[in-house]
Amino acid sequence: MPSKIPAQPSGERASWGLKLGAFGAILFLHIPMWLIFLYAFTTDESAYTFPPPGLTLKWIPQAIANTAMQDALFLTIRVAALATAAALVLGTLAAAAVYRHDFFGKEAISFMLILPLALPGIVTGIAMRSAISLMHIPFTFWTIVIGHATFCVVVVYNNVLARFRRSSNSMIEASMDLGANSFQTFWNIVLPNIGTALLAGAILAFSLSFDEVIVTTFTAGNQQTLPIWIFSQMLKPRNRPITNVTAMLVVLITALPILFAQRITAGHSDSEGGSK
Amino acid sequence: MSDDKAIEFRNVSRTFPVKQDNLIGEVKAVDNVSLEIHNGEFFSLLGPSGSGKTTSLRMIAGFDRPTSGQILLYGQDVSNLPPYERDVNTVFQDYALFPHMTVGENVGYGLMIKKIARSEREKRVDEMLDLVQLLGFSGRKPAQLSGGQRQRVALARALINHPKVLLLDEPLGALDLKLRQQMQIELKAIQKRVGITFIFVTHDQEEALTMSDRIAVFNQGRIEQIGSPAEIYEHPLTQFVAGFVGVSNLISGDTARRITGSDVQFSIRPEKIHLDAMDGRPDPETFSAEGKVRDVIYLGLYTRYLVDLNGGGDLVVVEQNLKTTSMDVMKAKGQNVRLSWKKEHASYLGG
Repeated sequence: MPSKIPAQPSGERASWGLKLGAFGAILFLHIPMWLIFLYAFTTDESAYTFPPPGLTLKWIPQAIANTAMQDALFLTIRVAALATAAALVLGTLAAAAVYRHDFFGKEAISFMLILPLALPGIVTGIAMRSAISLMHIPFTFWTIVIGHATFCVVVVYNNVLARFRRSSNSMIEASMDLGANSFQTFWNIVLPNIGTALLAGAILAFSLSFDEVIVTTFTAGNQQTLPIWIFSQMLKPRNRPITNVTAMLVVLITALPILFAQRITAGHSDSEGGSK
Repeated sequence: MSDDKAIEFRNVSRTFPVKQDNLIGEVKAVDNVSLEIHNGEFFSLLGPSGSGKTTSLRMIAGFDRPTSGQILLYGQDVSNLPPYERDVNTVFQDYALFPHMTVGENVGYGLMIKKIARSEREKRVDEMLDLVQLLGFSGRKPAQLSGGQRQRVALARALINHPKVLLLDEPLGALDLKLRQQMQIELKAIQKRVGITFIFVTHDQEEALTMSDRIAVFNQGRIEQIGSPAEIYEHPLTQFVAGFVGVSNLISGDTARRITGSDVQFSIRPEKIHLDAMDGRPDPETFSAEGKVRDVIYLGLYTRYLVDLNGGGDLVVVEQNLKTTSMDVMKAKGQNVRLSWKKEHASYLGG
C-alpha cells in the first residue's frame, strides 16, 4: 500500500475550518443588510414577517415621491458636497505644508489633523456643540458642514500626503527649471500626480459625510439629514418599507463610490484612513 | 571680457540652520567660494558627499539661494532669480521625469510652457530624441524605459530649451559600470556637438578625470583646487586633493626631511616611484629612499609593493607587469630596495 501523501501546508490552501469561519463572518456582517433589501420589496405594511408574504415594487415610487425624504436627501448631498469641497482645499494645503516644509510643531500638527478621525464622534460632537454655542453661532446648515469638514479633511490629507511621499520632489524642481512658474507647475505637474489621490479622498470624504449621524446630531439645528430622517422613521412602523427603500439608496450612494475609489487607487495602495 | 565667463561665483556662502540635541546652530554647506567657469567648458564639481558641490549646483539652478555673495550668469547677477527666470537647465540625479506624460511630452515640456506651436514643438522634440538616440520612443511612458533610456530623456528634456548652461547632478550614479562608461563618452560627444557649457557634479574622481576640461575639488564647503585633470592629478596642492583624487603617498616630518632635506609635506604618486636593487648609486636628479619590501600584491595589470623605509615611514609603489609574472614579483618580498623618483614628481602641499 503506497504511503499517504501529507496534507498541503496551510499556506497553500485554507483549511475547512478557516473557510467556514470566513464564510460565517461574511454572513454575520451582511445578512442584516440583505434583510433590509428584502423588506424593501415586501407587501407587508408594517410588521416584519418572515418569509415576506409577497414581493412588490410599489414602495420605490412611494419612497422617491416622499417630500420629507427628498428634503433630507438634498440636504445631505449639499452638506456632503460642501464638506468635501472644503476638505479638498484644506486637506491638500495641509498635506503640502507638512510634506514640503520643516517647521516647529510639525509632528504635533500632523497628529492634530488626524485626531478628529480617531476621536469618537460623540467627543467631536460635544466639542463642536459647545464651541458653536459659546461663540453664539446659530445651529444651521453651515454648522453641519463645519462639523463634517473636521473629519473629511483628514481623509483628503492622508491620501494626498501619502501620494506626495511617493512622488519625487525633484519633479517640481524640474518643472520650474524648465521655465514653469509655481502656478504652471501646480497645474501641469502636481495636480495630475495627486489627481487620483484627490478623487479617492473626495469620494471617501463624501461617503463619510453622507451617512454621518453623531456629529450631525450635535451640530444641526432643526435640519434633518437623511440618516437622521431614517432613524426617526424607525419609530414609525407604518413607513417601514419606505425607510428600507431609502436605506438601500444610501447603500448605493455610499458603497459604490467607495468601491470605485478603491479601484482607482488599487495600483497605489495609498488610500489611508478608512471609515469613521 | 565678461562674455567668456559662463558662471562666476563671487564669495558665495550658503549656511543651513541645524538642530541637534536642542542646540540650534548652523552648518556652512558652501563657505566663501569664488570661481569662474568659462563659456563652452565641461566643468566638474568633484568632492565627497556633504562637500558643498551639490549645494553649489542648486544655487546655479536657483533651487537654493546664497546666504551671501553673488552668482553671475554671463555677467548678469542671478543670485535671487527663481529657477524659471534663469537660462539654465538641469539633469537630475533621479532624472525627475514626469510619470504622467509620454517621453515626447516630457522632452517638449519646456517648449509647451513657452507656448511654442505644436508642430514646431514636435519637430524639435524629434531632433532632441535623435540627438540622444531615442528617435521613435516619443509615445512611450517613462515607466516603460530602462535606466539608461530615462537618463537620455532627461538629457533631451534639459537641452531642448538651448540653455546657456547645462547642470548635471550626478546623472550617471544610478547606471551600472558598462553603461556609465558608455554614457561618459556620449555625454562628452553631445557637449562638443551642442557647444553648451556643462557643469557636472560627481563624487567619482575617475569620472571627473575622464570627462572634464577643468575640475574644482570641493571639501567641507570650500574649493581645495581648480585645474585641468592632469594638473589636479599630477600636482595636487593640498593633502585632501592628493588623497581624494587617485592614490598618493603623503610624506611629512622626519621622513620628509631625510628624503628632501626639508620638513615640507609632499605627495608622490605610487606609479612615479622606481623600485631598484640596492647596487649602484642614487641618481642626484632624483629623490631616493631605502627600505625593505613588506608586502607584494599582484593585481594582474600591475603589482603593488608596500615598502617599509629604513628609519620609519612606508611607501606604496606600483609597477606595471610589463615583463614580469606573478612568480617574479613575489620574489621581491623581504628584499632591501632603493626607491627613487624624479624631483619634479613630488608635489609640495601647502598648509
